[in-house]
Amino acid sequence: MTDQLYQDRIVALAKAKTGAGKLASPTRSARRDNPLCGDRVVIDVKVDNGKIAEIAHQVRGCLLCQASASALASVAVGRNAAGIEKVRLDAERAIGREEGEAGEPFAAFAPVRSHKSRHECVLLPFEALKEALS
Amino acid sequence: MSFDVNTVRRQFPILSQIIDGQPVHYLDNGASAQTPEAVLDAVRTYETTSRANVLRGVHRLAERATEAYENARVEVANFLSVDPMEVVFTGGCTAAINLVAYSYGSLLKPGDRIILSELEHHSNIVPWQLLRQRSGIEIDVVPVTVNGRIDLNALPRLLTPRTKLISLAHVSNVTGTLVDVHAVVTLAKTVGAKVMLDGAQRIPHGPVDLSAMGIDFYVFAGHKAYGPNGIGVLWAKAEHLEAMPPFHGGGSMIGRVTFAETTWAPPPRRFEAGTPPIGPAIGLGAACQWMRTLDWKEAHAHEMALVERLMDGLQKIDGATLFGPGSTQNRYPVVSFLLEGVHPHDVAQTLDSFGVAVRAGHHCCQPLMDRFDLDGTTRVSIAPYNDNTDIDALLTGVQHAARTLR
Repeated sequence: MTDQLYQDRIVALAKAKTGAGKLASPTRSARRDNPLCGDRVVIDVKVDNGKIAEIAHQVRGCLLCQASASALASVAVGRNAAGIEKVRLDAERAIGREEGEAGEPFAAFAPVRSHKSRHECVLLPFEALKEALS
Repeated sequence: MSFDVNTVRRQFPILSQIIDGQPVHYLDNGASAQTPEAVLDAVRTYETTSRANVLRGVHRLAERATEAYENARVEVANFLSVDPMEVVFTGGCTAAINLVAYSYGSLLKPGDRIILSELEHHSNIVPWQLLRQRSGIEIDVVPVTVNGRIDLNALPRLLTPRTKLISLAHVSNVTGTLVDVHAVVTLAKTVGAKVMLDGAQRIPHGPVDLSAMGIDFYVFAGHKAYGPNGIGVLWAKAEHLEAMPPFHGGGSMIGRVTFAETTWAPPPRRFEAGTPPIGPAIGLGAACQWMRTLDWKEAHAHEMALVERLMDGLQKIDGATLFGPGSTQNRYPVVSFLLEGVHPHDVAQTLDSFGVAVRAGHHCCQPLMDRFDLDGTTRVSIAPYNDNTDIDALLTGVQHAARTLR
């Protein structure tokens, strides 16, 4: 069996559900769908002076998408759009889309590297957050 | 004839592969079926002994190509029990539906109505929405029951004198349910509506007698019926094809071209503009011929025995539930299920690690998923070459996903 994708760290990130839910009064919200697989992410943010003060996400999607949203929420507070782009770079490094070593917590997504059909699952929360911050 | 699954399996070279030390358990036939040697041989024979364009050439290779292409039309017609001149080759099933929506659709008037069902594939929804945008038709939708069947009890109240067409999946690509064609045709006749069936999931399970069904249009895909990609079929009653204007313009579909006026070729040529997919059509003809070598009563019994084995096994897995009918009656071997707490894509990905190929997600049926508030399902779609080992490997994988991913 070559069951290397769902390693403990990814499963743990998904189960942690960091930031899962809604914000009572978000500054901005954005929804992104993956038309190919049907995954859906809604991100709420409260922004203060251009920086994320609070973040919440609702994911109707696979474990990878849930884990990515959870990981993103765990490092998003205090960052502006440029700071989130740096986190995205970590995610893209982890899955092999960019050169370099991925920082935490996205280094955990390295097993996704060889599963190209699942890369978008990891990146969908970033797309939603980018729109919310735009 | 008798059915021996091993004899069938040996005809599909891809099934004897070992990938990463595992056999191939191919249960994604509803997306694309595998291809037997007979089809591969037919395509190779064309490409290596007869490759040329059809219809126009006078040389021997063109003669051979044309004969093989037209023989394929006859094979398809025999499989459907229809006249070969009513068989139009298209680029696929979606292309065939778009052809009808564009061409037959152009005969409809603003305010005319068509009826679809809640379980249709996007390919039997979106072309009609495009027609609605172009010409102001209205679309009515028959709901589905909790068992994933088209609720024909709800059909009569949707019928109006403006209803011109009812277009439904013959067999659902999500729940495997078979529509009651006789009931649909009987109801359609009360208002003079035409009936179209999307046979993409029905044709891979044996011949049909379209002439006895009383329907008007039928479409299916070659690649789901053990044939090549890039080929599909539209069958329509001759009177409809005669009345329909062309969909695409180009070579082959004309009578006479001048800058002042162009006349159309008679059907089916009118709807086959340009060089058709010759090799794929020949392959599809061979696939129909191959399917006719099977004893479908036994093959279907074999497929449904696998469905029973699958349903029995899933019932023993904590949190696994069927989406669709729980019986083997009036259905074909397409089975969707849910695993509580595990997303269908994660089920499918785990199954892949057991060598099991299935499809997960919305199956191009987002309205059906919305109706039941689902993210998606995991779908097992069975062909005659599947056997108990395929089902058992799948059940082992589902158990593993249940154990590790929630």
